[in-house]
Amino acid sequence: MAWLSPLFAAAATLVVGFVLFSILGKNPFAAFYIFFVKPVDNLYGVGELLLKASPLMLCAIGLAAGYRANVWNIGAEGQLTLGAICGGGVALALGDTPSAWALPLMLVAGAVGGGAWAAIPAWLKTRFNANEILVSLMLVYVASFVLSWLVHGPWRDPEGFNFPQSRLFPDALLLPNLVPGTRLNAAFLLALAVVAAAWVFMRRSLSGFQMRVAGLAPAAANYAGISARRTVWLGMLIGGATAGIAGVDEAAGPIGQLLPSMSPGYGFAAIIVAFVGRLHPLGILLASLLMSLLYLGGEAAQIALALPSAVTGLFQGTLLFFLLAADVFINFRLRLRYAAAAIGAGPAAMEKTA
Amino acid sequence: MMEHVATLVALTLAAGTPLVLAGAGELVTERSGVLNLGVEGMMLVGAVVAFMVAATTKAPWLGIGAGMLAGAALSLVFGVLTLSLMANQVAAGLALSLFGVGLSAFVGLGYVSVVIEGVQPLAISGLSDLPFLGKLLFAHSPLVYVSLALVAAVQWFLFRTRAGLIVRAVGESPEAAHAIGYPVIAIRYAAVAFGGACAGLAGAYLAVAYTPLWTEGMTAGRGWIALALVVFATWKPWRVLAGAYLFGAVTLAQFQAQALGVAVPSQLLSMLPYLATILVLTLISRDAATIRLNAPAALGKPYHPDA
Repeated sequence: MAWLSPLFAAAATLVVGFVLFSILGKNPFAAFYIFFVKPVDNLYGVGELLLKASPLMLCAIGLAAGYRANVWNIGAEGQLTLGAICGGGVALALGDTPSAWALPLMLVAGAVGGGAWAAIPAWLKTRFNANEILVSLMLVYVASFVLSWLVHGPWRDPEGFNFPQSRLFPDALLLPNLVPGTRLNAAFLLALAVVAAAWVFMRRSLSGFQMRVAGLAPAAANYAGISARRTVWLGMLIGGATAGIAGVDEAAGPIGQLLPSMSPGYGFAAIIVAFVGRLHPLGILLASLLMSLLYLGGEAAQIALALPSAVTGLFQGTLLFFLLAADVFINFRLRLRYAAAAIGAGPAAMEKTA
Repeated sequence: MMEHVATLVALTLAAGTPLVLAGAGELVTERSGVLNLGVEGMMLVGAVVAFMVAATTKAPWLGIGAGMLAGAALSLVFGVLTLSLMANQVAAGLALSLFGVGLSAFVGLGYVSVVIEGVQPLAISGLSDLPFLGKLLFAHSPLVYVSLALVAAVQWFLFRTRAGLIVRAVGESPEAAHAIGYPVIAIRYAAVAFGGACAGLAGAYLAVAYTPLWTEGMTAGRGWIALALVVFATWKPWRVLAGAYLFGAVTLAQFQAQALGVAVPSQLLSMLPYLATILVLTLISRDAATIRLNAPAALGKPYHPDA
């Protein structure tokens, strides 16, 4: 039954979109077509859908591993940035010396970079009890300043007319294209492989089992001797590493260099993807496609309807709201009844005697 | 020299005020046992609504009122989800922040380069012109005084009134409060709405008094810093002030260093407030006993009277 609420949430979000387009004076049917159908009615569009779904999927699957264990990493955006910095740094250092090991090395560097960034909140949480939500979020800002500094300063392209950007990566260091005529690259296959690996880890490994127990019943986990520290570390590191890989995918994929911003909020959107996907690999796969469509639709609406692309963010938030609300009707059986009058009478009576 | 010190103090107060406002509001919400992580979203929506109303009506104070209402309205969405529908507070708060970022960017798009007449700083003839003291005490934005009054009011309310005692009781043990006969859910709704209004006010201050302008995501994480401040303050209103001005000073140090020509890249200086947040959060959290002692016992836990 749990899969009902994402369906309901998606449907309700579409209805909101319908109403919103009408309010904005657009023909809702035409706007709908432009937003949700036209972007994917051709091969190139489908390629874009899968291309954008890849980083979302990667970040979300890593976050979901943590969320299952009640480890609230919301800094995937920063971990993605660090991944791009580390992977991109390797690419810039290698320069034009092509090697079969270059791309794997970049991906590993990205995973390590993202993992290291996530290790900070993990360490502060386990050693000093600092709230991982706030620390991981603060580090998003710090990461963006690190990247900005690098592309404005030491890593700036000397031939880039002073634009804040790194040199373009050589073609040999870009992820190979999968389908000619599209921009779809190997990042998608990598993302699918990581999702599959995450499924095996969470469902079939002892560590994955322990993490799920720690999330569902912390007291039982403690009693069974499952280390809370280890759970936090695992949850954080998995999320950081997958987000870091997503960062390399962007740098060595559609972008092809380092820019002051490497992601249009994929790390935050992935939080929604993880929830809408019910923290389940298959669900996350589907939810990342939906979220990717929201990104594409936002871009299309900007061009064809002169709507601000921020409409994407609006839809993202709405989707999550509806999901949380729908969950209640799935998880509980609600009955309407009149509140007992006695509840209200209590404090008033107390006041009089006080 | 003295004038310079007074200027620095004034700038620190101005930079810390949004954190004071949002932090004091969230503190009351958390004291009632509800953790609302949506402060950033409520601040942004408060900011954009305040700016839009101020730009349209040319009445900045009307804008500030509208910003507060918008913050409170948005917080009630969170309230319905978490209090009536018992959704996870962390997830719903995150949703509120993400939604607020999107909503504010969407509705504010036409206002990005609009110039408005913001709320002007006080200018009391005679007093504001006094050397040193004038600048130190009598020439701030009216909202700086409002924020100080707010903290005093919250302190008084929580620890000196019966209603405040009830709010704290609800945050410590909703079961006990309910058993005595208090309407736990209604009290929590009120606390959430108060926090929302304060966050809206903080955003409105940024958009209509501090800058005054509207840009996408202009709060730049201040909502999250305010959340960290509440922990730093160990849920005591007066300490929110100390924390907020500490951050005001750090924010200021970054501009001062640039003005003095310190040879550090601006991006590295811009990190300071965020790094400082992590640092103080770590320092205060290190002492787990203090946190356990001061944190509302039921913070973040869903409660339903009939459950």
